[in-house]
Parts: sequence; C-alpha cells; structure tokens
Amino acid sequence: MHADPKGVLTGVHFLDGDHACCEGTLAAGARFSAGYPITPSTEVVERFAWRIPTVGGIFIQMEDELAASIAIQGAVWGGAKAFTVTSGPGFSLMMEHIGYAAMTETPCVFVNVQRGGPSTGLPTLPAQADMMQARWGSHGDYAIIALCPNSPQECFDLTIQGFNLSEEFRVPVMMMLDECVGHMTEKVVIPEADQIEVTPRRYTKLPPEEFHLFEPREDLVPDMVKAGDGYRFHVTGLTHDERGYPSMNVETQDVQVRRLQDKLKPLANGRALCETENLDDAEVVVVSYGITSRVAQRAIQLARAQGIRAGKFRLISAWPFPEQRISDLAGRVKAFVVPEINLGQMVHEVARAAAGRAAVIPVSHAGGSVHNPDAILKAIVEAAR
Amino acid sequence: MNQVTLEIPYEIPVDAHNPVEPFLRMDRMPHIWCPGCGIGTTVNCFTRALLDSKANLDKVAVVSGIGCTGRVAGYANLDSFHTTHGRALPFATGLKLANPELQVVVYSGDGDLFAIGGNHFIHAARRNMDLKVICVNNLTYAMTGGQTAPTTPDHVISATSPYGVFEPSFNLVALAEAAGASYVARWTTYHVKQLSRSMEEVLSKKGFCFIEVLSPCPTLYQRRNKMGDGLDAMKFYKQVSKIRHGAPTSECALTKSGEIVVGKFVDRDRPDYLELLRGQMTESLGDRYAEPEVSCSC
Repeated sequence: MHADPKGVLTGVHFLDGDHACCEGTLAAGARFSAGYPITPSTEVVERFAWRIPTVGGIFIQMEDELAASIAIQGAVWGGAKAFTVTSGPGFSLMMEHIGYAAMTETPCVFVNVQRGGPSTGLPTLPAQADMMQARWGSHGDYAIIALCPNSPQECFDLTIQGFNLSEEFRVPVMMMLDECVGHMTEKVVIPEADQIEVTPRRYTKLPPEEFHLFEPREDLVPDMVKAGDGYRFHVTGLTHDERGYPSMNVETQDVQVRRLQDKLKPLANGRALCETENLDDAEVVVVSYGITSRVAQRAIQLARAQGIRAGKFRLISAWPFPEQRISDLAGRVKAFVVPEINLGQMVHEVARAAAGRAAVIPVSHAGGSVHNPDAILKAIVEAAR
Repeated sequence: MNQVTLEIPYEIPVDAHNPVEPFLRMDRMPHIWCPGCGIGTTVNCFTRALLDSKANLDKVAVVSGIGCTGRVAGYANLDSFHTTHGRALPFATGLKLANPELQVVVYSGDGDLFAIGGNHFIHAARRNMDLKVICVNNLTYAMTGGQTAPTTPDHVISATSPYGVFEPSFNLVALAEAAGASYVARWTTYHVKQLSRSMEEVLSKKGFCFIEVLSPCPTLYQRRNKMGDGLDAMKFYKQVSKIRHGAPTSECALTKSGEIVVGKFVDRDRPDYLELLRGQMTESLGDRYAEPEVSCSC
C-alpha cells in the first residue's frame, strides 16, 4: 500500500541524517515513538516531537532507554508502528528489549546513531563499533535486520524500508547510522505519498477461535493481532508454543528458536541489500558500509587511477550478512579490503564467507573520525601487489 | 496416620463450574503457585471485580513483569502480556497510548515493580498515566527462592539475608502517593471483599491507580521466618490489620510483625497524561493539532 500522505513531507529538503531518518519514520507510518535523549541521536526524536502533534500521533520521552525500548513494543501490540532512537550506551541498555522483540516477534525499529565507545566513549564523534552488538547483543539465539545508510537521503529511504522489512518478517530492525551520517546535511528528496510503498501489518483474517498467535505461515512468519480486538491472546518472552503459552521443553525451544533464525534466510542472499561497482574485473574488492563507504569510494577511484582493478561492495543490509555473494566473489578476486570505524567487526564475517579463498585485509580505526582515504588506498595497493 | 476426610454437605452438580472460569485460561490449569500462596486469591478478587464492573473484557488488557505475580498475565483470559523484569509499566504505557480505549491493568509483584522497575513506577505515577496497578506484595523475591526485596521488613531472614535484613524497606503506599498516584489503597489477601471492591473502583477511576495487596509466601518467606502456613498468614493478617481509610500514608510503613494499616488512603482527581497532552497541544497548536491516531490499519 501507499504511504499515508499525512506523514509525508513531499519536496526537496536540505536535511541532516537524523532529521531525514525522522521523516522516514513518519512516511513509513510510525505514529508512536518513545525516546530518551542521547548524543548524537536525539535530533531524530526532537524532530518527531515537533512534527507528530500535527500528523496525529504521540511522542513520549521516557525515563530511560529500558523504558523507551519496551514502550514502543506496548504500542505495537496496541496497533501502532513504533520506533526508538539511541546511541551506544543507550543501545546497550536496549539489548534486553531487542531480545524481547525478537522472541515475541514484535515488529519495531531501533535507530542507533553510532558514536565512539566502549562505555561513554566519544559522545559527539563517529564510530561503527556497534555492528556485532546489533547482531548478537541480546542473550540467546535470534536474528535481526540491520541497515546502514550512508547519506541523509538513505536515512530517509532506508528507514521506510526498515519499517517495511520489520513488518514483513516480524523482527526488530536496527538502523545503524553513525555520527557523521546522522549530522551530515545534504539534499533529501521526499516523493509524493503515492510513490512510497509501505508494508501494512499482516493482521490475521481468522476468527479468534481458530487463531494461534505464533502459528507460522509458509514463510515461517506468523500473522499478527492487536489488543482490544477480542482475540484474548497471550504474549510472553518465555519460550512459548504456537498458542503463545509458556512451554518449558526441549522440543518447543528447538522449533521456535530455530524458526526465529530461519525466517530471515530469504533475506541473507537473494534479497540482501548492497551496492556494487566495478566487480566484473575486480582483483581487490573494498567491502564497506555507512560513512566509511564514502571514504572508500575515493580510495577506489585513486586505486583505479593507478591502474589497480579495485571494486566496490557496499553493505546496505549488514545483517543478514550477504554471505553467498561474498563467497562467490572470493573464488575470483585476490583480496577483500575491509575498512570500518572499529577494530575489526564486519571483517570477520567477510573472512568467514571468503573461507581462505581470498585475502581479507582489515583497515581498522578506533573511532572519533572517518578514515583518511589514503589508509584505505594503501591497503588496496598492498593487496593488489 | 490420621486421615482427614472432607465432608461435602451437598451433591456437586456434574456441570458445575466456578463463576470465575470464563475469566481464566482453564487450559493452562493447574497454575504454578504454591499451596497457601495468596496470588490466586488476588486473581479471584480481580475476576470478581471484572464481573461486577461489567467491563467489556475485549477491552481489558493485563500486563505483568517477571516473578510469581508476573505469571498472572498468563492465566487471565484477556489480552495479556508477560513482559521483561520490571518493565510492565513502560510496556503498559505504550499499549495505553497506542490504544486509549483499552483498560490497561498492570499486575505484578513488589520486587518487579519497586526494585528493578522502581524508576518506571515513580515516572508512570508522576505522569498520571491511566494505568491500574495491582501490586501483590509478598515481601520477598519468591520465584527465585526467597531473596531480600526492597519491601522485606527489618530482621526478616531471607535467602540473601541469612542473618536478617537490616536495610530500610520501602513504604509502597507512601511512595505511590508522593510520586503522584490518583488512587492508593492497601489490603491483604484476608480482605477479599474489600480488595474486590477496590479493584472494581479503580476500573472506573481515571489516572494512575495503585493497590498494594499483602499476600503470603508460605514456601519461602514464612517458612524461613517460622510464621507458619497459609492459614497462619490469614490469622496473622486478621489479627494485626487495622482498617484506617484516609490514613496518612507516611504512617503506614510495614514491619515484620507489627500493625498492618489497610484501607483506601488516596482518592484524588488529577488530569491524566492524555488529557494533559491534549490540553498543551491544543493551547500551543490550536486547529493544527491532530488527535492522535496511533493505531492504524497499516
């Protein structure tokens, strides 16, 4: 279906990534947000708080990130599309409820504008060091989707896509911005509402007596209901059977927890979001994401100018990781160069997919700024040697 | 061995059922609570209150945290949510704001609501969020084996206070009043009629309402402290409880064996969160303010 025009600020704007992300949530149909202030993410909800009373929805500033990350899930079960926004320290606090959303299959969006860590770290400066936390941060086995915009325009576009994917697969979706993308101001084009595709929630058509809350459809995703519609359903973070009832046994655990992972498999390869350039003749492929992909772009240009056949592989969906595509490339390229503003996170995934068939060279950065393109270029040159 | 035979003075009809059954998920029985535990009694009172209030049960939701009382949500035949430890209130906040026509009841224990969830409690009360909070206070962490809670009175022996509790405990009714609750009452599981009436009363009262129910934990709290079984708890409640409606909550602190002041302490009218929100937005934005339509078909 198309976006509700009430939330769509059609036009050409000059926005920073945080504000563009906010416009994305509104276009996607989010009418509820709960947040707790934290640099460098707060501008997303500041704008939401300013915009939402005239669109028709609610922003509530909660007492902490624990509260914000569960209030949005209450809102979802009340029928809303909802999201929260945070950065490193708050993201750590939200882990509990990312697990709850995964376990209860609550579609919702967590925006993380990454800053330097660990702990309070570098509040106003960029990093990309929460990538593994986004995937594995809550306890137990589960799967999530994480998207990495590299411009304000993508903060708008991908946020809508993030909401859509969260509805389609009933998983929490992480929008993994970084301080640079969040605070970078660029042109953002917001189309007409009828040009924006929005995935509606998959509400069941079954009557209450035939409906089971966690009975999956063929795609392994169950249909939803909302409170107040007479279904008298039960949601729990305990391991539960198809009725939603707690079920403390090995068999239920095996079926349900495997399904939480398996339902995302279609996204891992065929539908993985990535941007590629010059891969056909590439001998060295630079795998990057977020702000680093823009620095890498320059390094690739400089390498090409030197006659090195460098290619670009930009992860737009970092999770699920496009394992098969990297694996296919590994058979025919010499090396992958993986710059990221951390001391080595996604590079391990690249190495795992490459499985020794191509060299994998990290270009790490402890955070606080973006790379110098020369550092990436140097790695490309060495890899091509 | 002496065998005790219960004489049933009349024939029970084959099709007899408990009038509260429609409110419970009978396919989940038996429940997990121990013999003598008071949580079931509070659930019985709650179902009576729902019955008497003639509430549309499709529009009543129960939100629980974690712990023995946290299991209430799983047995109530309503839209029900068993959330994470301490977070029932912020979950309920989101649920209520997204779907204000719901009557949202938060049903949880003292450890859940006042230790790990204490911050959420004071803020939900401060906002006067339209939530009905039923706190079953068994003065301990029962699910995990009887550890010290912020409500455990002085000198009590617990799993983590083997030599006796020495840190001061919370007076929940005083805390609720100070934080801004519109309605504050306390009963014990001995006071089933009064408790049912209080529950019924809050179902038609707007704003943040708080009912504390003292409830025995014979398995852990009473055993360790040589306080007998469930029946002994009833005798104890009967003996030491004093009904004092309107008593200053500051005078209602609990001790190990002293007086338990019960009754309705606070019943005041304050605009709730949504009224305040609408008022402020209308004042600032006038016609530009759009009524929240949070729950959408999309």
